[in-house]
Amino acid sequence: METITKTSHGRTLRTEEMVINMGPQHPSTHGVLRLELVVDGEIVIDVIPHIGYLHRCFEKHSEQMTNYQQVIPYVDRMDYVASMNSELSFAIAAEKLLKIQIPERVDYIRVIMCELQRIASHLIAIGTYGIDIGAFTPFLFCFRDRERILDLFEMTCGARLLYNYIWIGGLSHDLPQQFIPTLKEFIVDFRKNIKELNDLLSFNHIFIKRTANIGVLPADVAINYGCSGPMLRGSGVKWDLRKDEPYSVYNKFDFEVCVGKGEVGTLGDCWDRYIVRVDEMEQSLRIIEQAIQTLPEGNVQSAVPKRIRPNPGEAYARAESPRGELGFYIMSDGTGTPYRIKARSPAFVNLSIISEISRGCMIADLCAITGSVDIVLGEVDR
Amino acid sequence: MTFQEITENLKQKFGTAIVEVKETVQPDPYIIVDPNSLKEISKYLRDEEILTFDFLNCLSGLDLKGKLAVVYHISSMKHKHSFVLRVEVPTDAPTVPSIESIWKSANWHEREAFDMYGIIFSDHPDLRRILMPYDWEGHPLRKDYQVPEFYNGMKVTY
Amino acid sequence: MGLLDKQFEDGNIVITSLDNLMNWARLSSLWQMQFGLACCAIEMMAASASNFDMMRFGVIPRATPRQCDVMIVSGTVTLKMASRIKRLYDQMSEPRYVISMGSCSNCGGPYWEHGYHVLKGVDRIIPVDVYVPGCPPRPEALLEGLIKLQEKVRNYSSVKSVA
Repeated sequence: METITKTSHGRTLRTEEMVINMGPQHPSTHGVLRLELVVDGEIVIDVIPHIGYLHRCFEKHSEQMTNYQQVIPYVDRMDYVASMNSELSFAIAAEKLLKIQIPERVDYIRVIMCELQRIASHLIAIGTYGIDIGAFTPFLFCFRDRERILDLFEMTCGARLLYNYIWIGGLSHDLPQQFIPTLKEFIVDFRKNIKELNDLLSFNHIFIKRTANIGVLPADVAINYGCSGPMLRGSGVKWDLRKDEPYSVYNKFDFEVCVGKGEVGTLGDCWDRYIVRVDEMEQSLRIIEQAIQTLPEGNVQSAVPKRIRPNPGEAYARAESPRGELGFYIMSDGTGTPYRIKARSPAFVNLSIISEISRGCMIADLCAITGSVDIVLGEVDR
Repeated sequence: MTFQEITENLKQKFGTAIVEVKETVQPDPYIIVDPNSLKEISKYLRDEEILTFDFLNCLSGLDLKGKLAVVYHISSMKHKHSFVLRVEVPTDAPTVPSIESIWKSANWHEREAFDMYGIIFSDHPDLRRILMPYDWEGHPLRKDYQVPEFYNGMKVTY
Repeated sequence: MGLLDKQFEDGNIVITSLDNLMNWARLSSLWQMQFGLACCAIEMMAASASNFDMMRFGVIPRATPRQCDVMIVSGTVTLKMASRIKRLYDQMSEPRYVISMGSCSNCGGPYWEHGYHVLKGVDRIIPVDVYVPGCPPRPEALLEGLIKLQEKVRNYSSVKSVA
């Protein structure tokens, strides 16, 4: 389409729409996302996302496994930034299907692990978001703290990234002895570091200029598009599955659901989504503190079934992962092999809104918007 | 509201459009509805005050060997209840109306179900493959799917 | 170079072969292409972040293939992505090196059997210099792979080509 605009000097200028390609290899697309942009000069008219560059056939694999436990490593690799949360979602879906009760200690340890993982995941989101905007230093700060969480995980189950720790009905290992003291040290240090991060990035003038009033997502649009997690809460909707539909033992802990308030710009802009993540880290610390104070004793493997053969039936269970509502729909035909497993991944649904909120922005703002959605392509494409 | 109450409500309103009520399926019972009235039912579920299903959680395709199905998991943020709908169509004529106009989140989910199972969603605005390459042949998650040996000159099998 | 270092009085002369000098320059500034594919990309990021600091080996991430010497294929290569990787590799200027990081890009990893959309090994489309095993490899393993690549570069001779 050709449009004619008048410049400030009174001359007429012909502009033409152009289609350009961003990705799959692009530093700010957080993986192999490809965006087809229709631009008029620097202004984005339309965004057409192309995904599937990391489609690893998770659902086919889960239909081929001979045992439900064998699916867990694949679930790990789905959302590789927050493996613990994915495992928990899958485990509670399978436990719902099997109708088994698990010991309380298992639930508590799961909560501690998932909240630590939430912090680690948000640290990646924040650190890489800084890089997208052009700030490299926060990335180093975030990864420094994240390494300490990974050390804790490694101490417990021997893996840094993909754990296979939460099993259906229990856990693969109990906590080692040094775990709680090391964790307490970490909490004390990390509280200070959040403040440092706020000083460095959150209230940085340039950062606010780049993110406030950009990519505004109204609450009703967010709900209609099925957004969840920090995307939804950033728009001011107080909805957190940990609070509103408590699973595991989340109803025993006192914490707040952080929402965006439009502090520096419009409600639901990129900065709101960002600050929700920062605030959630603080709340996660609170949950962990309460959980280690009341951690019950017990055996973590007493409820792990020897053979998993659920009755024919189907179950959908959901849990709050760092990116939002992660659900698993499991259909069983009575054998040891799942008949169908569908993962409702939050990043997949959250990403579908990108063309809606980025119309009319600049190309540079598009980097800010993609970063604030916080996608993990492993989960988008599965 | 419980599953029974919602089902009763729908039965009174739509009658024969509710094909079957699978109450015995545990732990999540579901109802099978007629594809032709799916859109009406979805709209009613979303807009009726006492139901207010404003959130489409998940939309999954399903191969039941001989027929294909689409499963809709919906929930309400206001009333905090959830519900499961299912539509079943024969494999040789798999056409289901799209509910993209009711819940926008269905857009990509329906594209995925089309990609993986070949279910055609009529009046979907942009029904293309989403995960697989556009020139891929076949629908990989069907139970009788055969993996091709080569794709674009690259060997697919190990 | 080390042998002759400081053998001369005024310290401003170094005598070396051209190969040694070129190889030394190449291996100390292996610029890396900044792109990640899957889980291993997170470990690659960790390797370039604070605790492991890959930059001390001269590995600086660059956003365009034209400025890069080494491509770290970090993660699962799918059939949809394979042609793009081939194109990126073709755009790199020679000499170019490839590190295949993780089981997926070595041989398909956990997706070798039922992965209908996974390329079973990136070496089916581009030549690979160093394979780093693991799922995912630890950052230390990636650094080890990098040092192996540096050894390979060190032995390169511009006169007779090493197969």
